[in-house]
This record gives sequence, C-alpha cells and structure tokens, in this order.
Amino acid sequence: MIKTASTHQAVEQIVRNEWGRVLAALIARVRDFEIAEDALQDALIAALDSWPKNGLPDSPAAWLLAAAKRKAIDRFRRNKTALDKSPELQAMAELEQQAAEYEPDTDMAPAIEDERLRLIFTCCHPALPEPSRVALTLKSITGMTTPEIARSFLTNTETMAQRLVRAKRKIKATNIPYVIPGPELWPERLKSVLAVIYLVFNEGYAASEGEELIRQDLCSEAIRLGRLLHNLMPRECEVSGLLALMQLHASRQKARRGKNGELITLEHQNRNIWDQELIKSGSSLLITTLTMATGKGSLGPYQIQAAISAVHAGAATYDATNWQEITLLYEKLYAFQPTPVVQLNAAVALSFARGAEAGLAAIEGLCSEKDMAKYQPYHATRADMLRRAGRYNDAAAAYNVAIELSANRSERAFLQQRLAELKDGGKSSVN
Amino acid sequence: MQYMLLIYAADGAGPAPNTPEFGAMMQGYMKFNEEVNAAGIFVAGEPLQGSETATTVKVRDGNTQTTDGPFAETREVLGGYYRLNCKDLDEALSWAAKIPTADYGSIEVRPIMELPG
Repeated sequence: MIKTASTHQAVEQIVRNEWGRVLAALIARVRDFEIAEDALQDALIAALDSWPKNGLPDSPAAWLLAAAKRKAIDRFRRNKTALDKSPELQAMAELEQQAAEYEPDTDMAPAIEDERLRLIFTCCHPALPEPSRVALTLKSITGMTTPEIARSFLTNTETMAQRLVRAKRKIKATNIPYVIPGPELWPERLKSVLAVIYLVFNEGYAASEGEELIRQDLCSEAIRLGRLLHNLMPRECEVSGLLALMQLHASRQKARRGKNGELITLEHQNRNIWDQELIKSGSSLLITTLTMATGKGSLGPYQIQAAISAVHAGAATYDATNWQEITLLYEKLYAFQPTPVVQLNAAVALSFARGAEAGLAAIEGLCSEKDMAKYQPYHATRADMLRRAGRYNDAAAAYNVAIELSANRSERAFLQQRLAELKDGGKSSVN
Repeated sequence: MQYMLLIYAADGAGPAPNTPEFGAMMQGYMKFNEEVNAAGIFVAGEPLQGSETATTVKVRDGNTQTTDGPFAETREVLGGYYRLNCKDLDEALSWAAKIPTADYGSIEVRPIMELPG
C-alpha cells in the first residue's frame, strides 16, 4: 500500500503527462467529445479511490483508458436518447468489445499515437472555423485546459469555452468522421493540419513578456504534434519540412529574449546559446527531405522556410549570413505564397545581399497594399532600411509609425532604442 | 445520415444553353445521377426554376407579407438540390465536389435534422 500523498502526486503527474494522450484515445473510440471528457473525469475519481488501496498499476495510462471506457459505456446507457442514433450505438458496441478484451499489461502506446493522429484530422477538419480547429486540437490532443488555451490565445475562458462547444456540436451534428482521410484528400486536409500545428507553434514563439511560460508549452506541443505526424507519414515532404522548420526556429528560443524579456533580433542574438541539438536534428531532417522532395517534385513552403532558417542557423555571425542564398529561397517561397509579407521578407534579404537601397526599391510597391499601412513589421523594416541607407529623417518618421503600431512592450522598447540611437547618430553627423 | 446538398450559383454563371459546354454539363449531371443511384445513396433531387420565378412569404404579427424574389438578395441563388444518404460528412462532401455546378457555383452541405419518433 502506498501513501495517499504520493498517490496524489503520482496522479497529478499522470494528469500532466498522459491526460492528452488518454483523452485523444478515448474521444477517438467514444466518438463524442463531451462523453469522453466526462468519462475521463469519472475514471480519475475512480483512480484516486483505487490506487491507494491496490497500488499503482503498471501502466496508469492504460488503466485510466480502460476505466474511462467503462464509465463512457455507463454514460451512454444513462443517456438513452443518444442510443437512437446509430454512430453512438456502434461506438458503444465497439467499446464493450474493447473493455472485454482489456489486458492491463498491453503496451497501448502505438495504438494511442495512431488515434491521436486520427483525432488531429477530425479537429482540423476544414468544415470547422480555423480558430476552433486550433483550440480543439490543443484541447483534445494535448490535454490543455480551456482556461490555459484561452490565456495562450489572449482571450477569456468563456469565449474559448463557447468556441469549443460550437465546434464539438458541429462535429456531432454533421457527423465529421474520426478517420485519417485517404491520400486523395491529403492536399486539402494535410494543409489544414499543418497550418494548425504551425499556428500553435507561432502562438508560443511570438509570446510577449509575462506570458512566456505558458506559451513556450505551445512550442513544445506543436513540435510533439509535428513529430507524431512525421512518424506516421515519413514520406510527406511538407510534414517533415514543418517539423524541421519548428526545430530550427525553436533552437533560437533562448537567444530571442533579453534579461528584461525584450525582443532580440537575429542580428543581435548570442549565437553561442542557440540549441545545437535542435539545429542538428532540424537540418539533417531538412536535407533528407529536400533530397526526397526534389525527386518527387514535392517541394513546398514549409521546406523552403526551413531552408531559410537553416541558412541562418549555419552562419557563424550575422554578417557571415549567405544573403544571396536567402534571397533566392524567398523568391522560391514567393512562388508558393505570393503575399506582401513574403515580399517584405524577400526585400530584407535583398537589402543585405545588395544594399539597403535595393531593399527599399523592392518594397516601394508595397506601401499601396491596403493591409501594409497598418502592418507594423512593414514600417519597422522600412525604418531599418532607411537608417542603413543614411536617410535619417525618413527613418525617424518610419520608426515613429512602427512604434505607434506596436502591440508588444518589448518590441516597442527595441524600436524606441533604435530611434534614440538614430537621433544620436544624426547629431554626431551634424557635429 | 441524410445530407442536403444545396446547389448555388450566380444567375447566368454556368454555360449558356445550346452550347457544347452546356451539353457537357448536362452529361455531367446525368453521370452524377447514375453514380448516386448506383451507390444506393440517392434519396431525392430536383432542379428549381430560375430565381426570377421566386416568391417569398413571411408572416409578421399574423399578417402575411408576400414579396417578389428570393428571400435574400445575394448574387448566388439556390438552383436545385440533392438529398443523399451518406455515412459521414466526408462522404457527403466528396459527392458535393462531383456536382457539375461546383465548378463555378457553390454547394452547401447540411445534415437533415432527425426528428424523434
């Protein structure tokens, strides 16, 4: 017999580590988000009662899953009206079968991973609105709580809860299946899944100060999901491309923040604290992928972005960056994503490859794009190019617009510092 | 589960009658009808006459108001429908994508509400 306190600790640990995996497996089997969530809560209560008496099971996750399945059957039985609908009846029959076959020592990890993947496709179904796809994926695949998800997307719990409820209702009402769709649907479906994973990653990566802790979890979760997808679809080049991209970006995580949480740009980062393990695994995955993609003609935007990140990762200093290569890669990216944002990034690369004036010429057409006037990075980038071109008055004006549009305190501090340096520079050049 | 596939297109957006393109589209519809029948999922389906024949009725405070035209003045109007028996939304969506009008119009897919009893 074990002490209650340590059991509580053990259960808490399991909740943190296994909740998402067990919940995903359960939803995929029960095919009803709400019943699955409630049944898992029931199972947790049963665990707190049983484990102190009988000791911790060999695989607590498997125990929880088996118990939750039985609880789900109970809930289906109580909810008689639900039984009129055939999908639930079918789910229940399957559940009873599985519960009868339960062997506590079976290693269920591979089966669970498979079910998580099925569930990602359900959560990222294009029939659901995009913000809901992201939220639902976090909720059911990673097991984050609704308040956590709400916090990480800077919205309140109520709004997030409502978004989740609506999405779950639509899945149920329209009978969105719990399956990995056939390869003929991959071009559309995989795109949505990858977009959701990358959105989760970026939410974490773009965290502002004070939110870092919770939001860095988002980065790790996104990488975990990316790896899961990659393991099951190792020959899908864009899947590998996204995983490589996230690893390469994440390698700079520590170097991106100063002591006071302020943003440090690539140029001023301490490259010695870049995570070499992540760079190595991201780069080698990318090289394998690009070789495969070139043969199959399946080069795509995630692979190209990963390649850009890899060029940065391979440069010993900012000045040693191969900007020529990066400019070429952005041109390739523009063919896939002809957006003003890509054009802006291409211009930055060009400004380092061929000078600030060349960069300024490349973004000249952008100011007429309707979204650019309010797009903070456009003004910050333009200000920087003007500064480098020695056009200090124009630069100061552009910095002021960028500062006004900045929603992030550390970013604003960075721009203000640049503006101050500019004034000093301006003065000293007058003197 | 039964799904309603509502076929919307802007007036005059499709191929004009008496053109080879129109013939090809009609062939496409005949092929679609054969396929849904062969799959055993066809429940019902009809084209509607043009939106210029539409009349809209609503009752407010017990008074009937009848107006000319479709209920909402949108560019795309309902042109017909299929009612199909599909195993899930993915199957319904894949049939929707095969409807010839999907090439220039839009197909709205909605499950039929199942009434108890």
